[in-house]
Amino acid sequence: MARSNTLLVKGNEAIAMGAIEAGCRYYFGYPITPQNDIPEYMSRHLPEAGGTFLQAESEIASINMLLGAAATGARAMTSSSSPGISLKQEGISYLCGSQIPGVIVNMSRSGPGLGGISPSQGDYFQATRGGGHGDYRTIVLAPHSVQECYDLTMRAFDLADRYRNPVVILGDALLGQMKEPLKPRKHRGKAVDKDWALTGAGGREPRLLKSLYLSEGELTKHNWMLHRKYRRMRREIRYETVGVEDAKLVVVAFGSVARILKNAVSMAREQGMAVGLFRPVTLYPFPQAVLRRLAERVNRFMALELSTGQMVEDLQLSVGPDVVDFYGRPPGSIPSPDELYREIRKNYRKRIG
Amino acid sequence: MYFDSIIAGFGGQGVLLMGNLLAYAAMEEKKNVTYMPVYGVEMRGGTANCTVVVSDREIGSPIIHSPVSAVAMNLPSLEKFGPRVKKKGLLLVNSSLVPEKEIRVRGVDCLPVPSRELALEAGNERLANMVILGALVEKSGVVSLKALKKALYPGLDVRYHSMIPGNQSAMDKGAEFVRNGGR
Repeated sequence: MARSNTLLVKGNEAIAMGAIEAGCRYYFGYPITPQNDIPEYMSRHLPEAGGTFLQAESEIASINMLLGAAATGARAMTSSSSPGISLKQEGISYLCGSQIPGVIVNMSRSGPGLGGISPSQGDYFQATRGGGHGDYRTIVLAPHSVQECYDLTMRAFDLADRYRNPVVILGDALLGQMKEPLKPRKHRGKAVDKDWALTGAGGREPRLLKSLYLSEGELTKHNWMLHRKYRRMRREIRYETVGVEDAKLVVVAFGSVARILKNAVSMAREQGMAVGLFRPVTLYPFPQAVLRRLAERVNRFMALELSTGQMVEDLQLSVGPDVVDFYGRPPGSIPSPDELYREIRKNYRKRIG
Repeated sequence: MYFDSIIAGFGGQGVLLMGNLLAYAAMEEKKNVTYMPVYGVEMRGGTANCTVVVSDREIGSPIIHSPVSAVAMNLPSLEKFGPRVKKKGLLLVNSSLVPEKEIRVRGVDCLPVPSRELALEAGNERLANMVILGALVEKSGVVSLKALKKALYPGLDVRYHSMIPGNQSAMDKGAEFVRNGGR
């Protein structure tokens, strides 16, 4: 084939491939739709790469196995979907408190509760606000294509090591099941010296990874240190823009909705409307400062989400609540490009004229 | 260049393979492509469908409500997707399974394909899906027939590669049927 280096794979598979390429050698998981292609791929290919695939007895077990494996300095990953990710929250809090890196993939489905298996973006708050207990944050990456599933997973491992912090990949059922051409590339991230890893204390001082701090002032200091770290993460902000240069209305969306929106935005532009698209790739840290600068010359913003309104709050915090409108959908159906176009047109006529 | 298609039928008729092969053929011609299998409770029932989008520009939505073209391998698929095809769009119907009196869709170019009969001519009635795929490609021109035939190599597991010539002649049958004016 002319493009023999290009593969046709699902988003789920691309995540698994990116993980192995990035040096992930331990995977722990428990099955749940719509992300089962990840453990399926891992179960076959991780042992071939000299790694270990383990189907745990539960989601809680798998996140704690990840904590154990990553504490030794290994690159490790777990994946699940919304209800399963809820179960992992305690472990994620412990990872943050103990500063242990790890990659957690949420190919989210719809809730609340067991909800359904259709795509949803209702886990935005959980992912970006630190879904477990305590004052912590995780970096959150939101791919919108199969290629990005691969690239951002590799990046997730580098960021996790760089900040000694868990990184969440937030996708959804649409992205996980869709097949697109993928160009696998070599992982080029630099190996980080893990002078904290528990590798056996023979010949050196023992090391301790913990999240319990009881002596006077110790926990305050620890939390401030973590806070400074979360602030440093701002340099990792990533986003994509389409046609914002001349835009009067900028629509903001992430993941699969941003993808559908790309069609709607080009339809609007073909009709002569000055509409641009802003797509945050990092949901935490949110590209607040970039949006604030954009708001100096853009009159109106509109958030579109597969929820009844979560990311819109970050947008409001960035550009001010008075210039933001919202169109959202609870789980059940995926909006078509035409439907989103009509929503944009309606908003444009009302706000811009 | 832009093309999309919803390919639908019973589970087991090979509609997901048809979509995959179309996607591989588009890749072969260096086009952008998305393939989206049906996602929902239908998966646990008896019907299957997938959506393929081919374009030389970046593809936005992989999900299409009103497609430019559709392939209905059975009657329920015709009833569900036939009316959704865009005006002046293309609709291929498996006339070996769908009674002729049911094939009445207005405003679209509707082509009934006796896929089973043509597949038998190619040597195996189970090649009916490849016949219709050949017809779709020939009729729409979305990719070349050559690219479609090549797509069988990455599209099929190596252990089935001995069956590629049979599949290719079924694709030829479908294309030939279109070139002969649908007779």
